[in-house]
Amino acid sequence: MSRELVFFSTFSSILVLFLVIPLVICLVVGGPHIVEIASDLEALDAMRLSFYAGVTSSLLITSFGTPLAYLLSRKKGMLANIVESFLEIPLALPHSVAGIMVLLAYNSRAPLGLLLSNLGIIIEDSYWGIVFAMAFVSSPIFITAMRAGFDSVDIELENVARSLGASEIETFFKISLPLAFRHLVAGFILSLARAISEVGAVMIVAYYPKVVATLIIERFLGYGLRAVLALSTVLALVSLTVFAILRFLLKGGE
Amino acid sequence: MKPCLEIDHMWKRMGKFKLIDISMRIMVGEYFVVLGPSGAGKTLLLQVIAGILQPDRGRIIIDGVDVTKAPPEKRNVGYVPQNYALFPHLTVFDNIAFGLKLKRLSREEIQEKVREVAEKLSIEDLLYRKPGTLSGGEAQRVALARALAIKPKLLLLDEPLSAVDPVLRWEVRDYLRRVHREFGTTVIHVTHDFTEALALADRIAVLNGGKVEQIGPPYEVFYKPRSEFVAWFTRTGNIYKGRARPIGNGLSIVEVGPLSFTVCGEYEGKVAISFRPEYVTISKSKIKSSARNEIEGEIEDYIDEGALILLKIRSMGLEVKAYITKSSFSDLGLKQGERVYLYIKASQIHVIK
Repeated sequence: MSRELVFFSTFSSILVLFLVIPLVICLVVGGPHIVEIASDLEALDAMRLSFYAGVTSSLLITSFGTPLAYLLSRKKGMLANIVESFLEIPLALPHSVAGIMVLLAYNSRAPLGLLLSNLGIIIEDSYWGIVFAMAFVSSPIFITAMRAGFDSVDIELENVARSLGASEIETFFKISLPLAFRHLVAGFILSLARAISEVGAVMIVAYYPKVVATLIIERFLGYGLRAVLALSTVLALVSLTVFAILRFLLKGGE
Repeated sequence: MKPCLEIDHMWKRMGKFKLIDISMRIMVGEYFVVLGPSGAGKTLLLQVIAGILQPDRGRIIIDGVDVTKAPPEKRNVGYVPQNYALFPHLTVFDNIAFGLKLKRLSREEIQEKVREVAEKLSIEDLLYRKPGTLSGGEAQRVALARALAIKPKLLLLDEPLSAVDPVLRWEVRDYLRRVHREFGTTVIHVTHDFTEALALADRIAVLNGGKVEQIGPPYEVFYKPRSEFVAWFTRTGNIYKGRARPIGNGLSIVEVGPLSFTVCGEYEGKVAISFRPEYVTISKSKIKSSARNEIEGEIEDYIDEGALILLKIRSMGLEVKAYITKSSFSDLGLKQGERVYLYIKASQIHVIK
């Protein structure tokens, strides 16, 4: 083995082990306790809520984020750069601060919140609050993935489609979107995973009803590590499955 | 014959590059080649014609209708880009049917039209394959079929032979000629290869640095280049700058360094002259020739180009290129360092003012 390979392998394996060991220990230690979840109604409710709110948030992001990602991919210029920079802000913020921003902007006494409450959407300690907090922090992930998808579609395909009689909208739906569909699915799953794992922003906007991430924090602070072992292991398994599906989808297109 | 496309004083800036005051008329049924080096603006010109980009100034008129502001889908122009751009998620059939479906034709009509065009282009057996499984040549035929299926007023081909294996290039060239004859569509074909232009074009436009240098039939562009660039780009071979003075009887003398060339026409002052290597006659000894220009020189080098041999002859510091057939080369027993006489007719020297 060459000296270079020894050098690179040593540093690489330390980081890989650092990342893998906690996951393996969690599965090994928590594995036998998974069955406890079946009778834990509060945990089951929290998981269901996390999943529903996560899916709602990801569906909203997908609906609004797909056209936005397309515009960012196709229209170059100052405005696009500015919009893109703003979209990355949630990634740089502490998540509790993101939660405070959402609460300030959309609480039912704020002008926008008033408008929303007329539509029946009140975010304080509500399902919609969870969705808003989740959407705020996971949007950049979807947009980045979707934009990369549109960037990978050869612009000449769109030019040819237009020359054959397709309008811009028809070209988007018949050519660009189908060709970037794998990225759409990947972006959806990544943003869903991010949404379900979100805790800081969600706790600020809507501590109740409790999502599974809030429940884990609450139980850990109240009863210690043992109390969250089963729930954490189940969540870890769910996340692993999500990523396995994601990798399969991404590999499938290569 | 009426024009199919008119470009009227069109300007287009794209980053640092710009198309400058482009004007041309392309007639119905014409095979028109835009010839130029990389970066001349050929693809940009095609994209403006296709409506993918809007010109900054000037007008684009297709079939008598001003389409300057019209989007690509309203122009009925077939566009085949350099990489063919077949839709990878659709079968060959669906690729060809793409434009027909947008016209809301019935299923039977679409089937019939796809089969018709596939038959004419000999790609019936490819219809249910995905583009990823096609060879370069097959992909090109499919791209042509897709563009022709909508019966475009104008077919735009961007470097159609550049991705083709050099061995197959002649074959594809013949194929393009056949397709043009069979469909009768007006074609604008963009290329950097002058032999391709010569073989296919009814007329050629030479583009350089975003400007049209010359438009005309192949003969005119190749034998009467209007600029030094055109002469150089069409491999005229012998281009020299000199000073001209008329000598009467419709003739002039052009002095190029120590050499003098007699040319037809009356010229005065700074000019450039050009003549193609195939116009130079070679002899080992002085001969009686009607050619007014006789140059003595020494063979400096020669390059075997297959059917012909290109001789590089040095005469008083000037390099003159001449073609000779392989058999003449061996019959004359020519070799490097040999002294030879070159004869060029005054009428075959072109003067660029």
